[in-house]
Amino acid sequence: MAKRFQPGVISANDLISGKVIYLAANDNWVERLDEGEFITDEARAEVRLELALGQPEIAVGAYVAPAEATETGIRPAHFREDFRATGPSAPARKSWGIN
Amino acid sequence: MLDATQNVTRTYLDRRVEEFRGQVARRIDGSLTEDEFRPLRLMNGLYLQLHAYMLRVAIPYGTLNSDQLDVLAEISERWDRGYGHFTTRQNIQYNWPKLTDVPDMLGRLADVNLHAIQTSGNTIRNVTADPLAGAHADELIDPRPVAELIRIWSTDHPEYQFLGRKFKIAVTGSPNDRAVTAAHDLAVRIVERDGEIGYAILVGGGLGRTPVVGKVIKDFLPQADLLPYLEAVLSVYNLAGRRDNKYKARIKITVNEMGLEEFSVRVDEAFARIRPEFSGADQHLLAELQDGFARPMLAPRDSGAFEAAYEADPVFRSWADVNLRPHFAEDYAIAMVSLKPHGGVPGDASASQMRVVADLARRYGQNEIRVTQEQNLVLPHVAKADLPAVFAELKAHGLATANAGLASDIIACPGMDYCALATARSIPVAQEISERLAENEIEVGELAIKISGCINACGHHHLGDIGILGLDRAGVENYQITLGGDAGPDMKIGEKTGPGFAYDEVVDAVERLIQAYLDLRAEGERFRDTIARTGAEPFKSALYDEENRHAA
Ligand code: HEM
Ligand code: SF4
Repeated sequence: MAKRFQPGVISANDLISGKVIYLAANDNWVERLDEGEFITDEARAEVRLELALGQPEIAVGAYVAPAEATETGIRPAHFREDFRATGPSAPARKSWGIN
Repeated sequence: MLDATQNVTRTYLDRRVEEFRGQVARRIDGSLTEDEFRPLRLMNGLYLQLHAYMLRVAIPYGTLNSDQLDVLAEISERWDRGYGHFTTRQNIQYNWPKLTDVPDMLGRLADVNLHAIQTSGNTIRNVTADPLAGAHADELIDPRPVAELIRIWSTDHPEYQFLGRKFKIAVTGSPNDRAVTAAHDLAVRIVERDGEIGYAILVGGGLGRTPVVGKVIKDFLPQADLLPYLEAVLSVYNLAGRRDNKYKARIKITVNEMGLEEFSVRVDEAFARIRPEFSGADQHLLAELQDGFARPMLAPRDSGAFEAAYEADPVFRSWADVNLRPHFAEDYAIAMVSLKPHGGVPGDASASQMRVVADLARRYGQNEIRVTQEQNLVLPHVAKADLPAVFAELKAHGLATANAGLASDIIACPGMDYCALATARSIPVAQEISERLAENEIEVGELAIKISGCINACGHHHLGDIGILGLDRAGVENYQITLGGDAGPDMKIGEKTGPGFAYDEVVDAVERLIQAYLDLRAEGERFRDTIARTGAEPFKSALYDEENRHAA
């Protein structure tokens, strides 16, 4: 059985900064998941992924990051995507008394 | 002291930096694809992680001088976010560099003879050693000249740039192995037999998804045979190692599949062939290196100030009891500088903290700093008389937590907060455990808690008294606990206890284990002694039995 398509947002890392980026409906790359284009249809995902993979000077490792539509907007559908979207959870600087 | 620079000369490093600068430019202008560029950046220690690039810099045998540590601090401020992460393999990792800045970072590292070469990829990695080398009272001989010899031989060695898999080597000169040697692909333990110095060689150790304790392949190798013997081991591995399956490509699998005996026979055959090629130049070099690592001249000092502070100040006393280690010189001590403040991120140090330690080493510590496999720093040669001043300065900068070897001295890998391979978080689990245990950890005593965020086991969870492995179970973080691991000379792999725990249950579970130990222990027993005596059952019961679960 073919793997079931999972809705999501095209995501990658920015070539220069390494930051997590998402592909928006207007073809721009944005830094917020909920500003990315939410794709629910496999054929559309293929078209958009092709566009992303054709921009190696911007995006590294593009893939469909699992997401879901909720009352409060588009949210990651897996905790890994949660961390990608929000950055490290650890209050790193606590150790040094700086914020 | 000798700089880590024999064949890794400034010219060589400059050439490598410029070469990489060109590769970055060609990646950006589109002449290199990511698939072409990835192996090139990895050859320079540059990974792409979850939210950013990550640059891994080698600290050969964990030894730094003050100028080098200052530069590590400076790099973190100029091109990163003002901190660095010290790892269990004596590296420092920067978590936020920009691709376009990395050539400059490497250039600045080269100014102090540091680099990121062979910190990734299927090469011979940074050669690690006992972090207390050249200082601890229990040492037979300083392992760093041997580590440096191996490093010089293996760096940029054309035959070892594309091995079947990464290859890690560790060296110790002390019977109390502090370098986790048996978890390495190859370990060199310096030993003495009938008054002669030689090497016990172990092969096939490693952690990851198939943890294996290294096996003794030679119990006494004469000094002059070391490099030809290593070449022989590598040549057998290079031929017989499996390249068909990444998970079976490490030498531990080759040794297990072939059997130690057969492997050893083939190594001896290769050795007979290779040995005549070594004319003795390596032994001259070793002698030179030994001169370079000669023990520092330490003037006798009156320890009265230490005794007085020890009597007068209970905070100093508890730090001294927990964080000092015996030095070969009577009036001196080794000071462990904790990078594990309660609730902090294990192994992280801010730029200003790095500068403080560099400065203390300059003023009180023979200019030397070490990086430990436990992700802490060390001032290896401090006169006892200077310890009160050193302590006060460390304390003022959050570096004087009295927990070296205790429950909150946790090893944790970056886990899902940074690492692209992670299946769960490690750092916040470590932070919460360390906060929870802060209060009674001195009563609990020596305890090793180690946490990895996936099966690769970068956090050495297999070797913890309590090991924690974070997994993804159906889209939810789940933590498997192992018990009874030991990273010392008689290394043991911990055993799984049973079903894993959810993220918000795992800290309670660890607390129940520690409570069980306090209830069960006999006078003078460490956690591992109690487990060895009682077996794991009472601890499993503490973890899983209903009444215990609710009691926590
Ligand atoms: C964040 C980036 C990192 C990545 C991508 C990474 C990747 C890996 C992988 C794939 C393995 C398994 C290798 C194998 O079994 O063949 C491994 C093992 C290991 N790594 Fe890491 N690691 C990272 C960070 C670290 C850190 C921060 C440390 C130290 C705290 C570390 C220390 C180790 C150790 C000790 C092992 C096990 C040694 C062995 O398998 O023999 N790594 N790592
Ligand atoms: S153990 Fe896994 S999660 Fe942790 S650093 Fe290694 S690869 Fe990453």
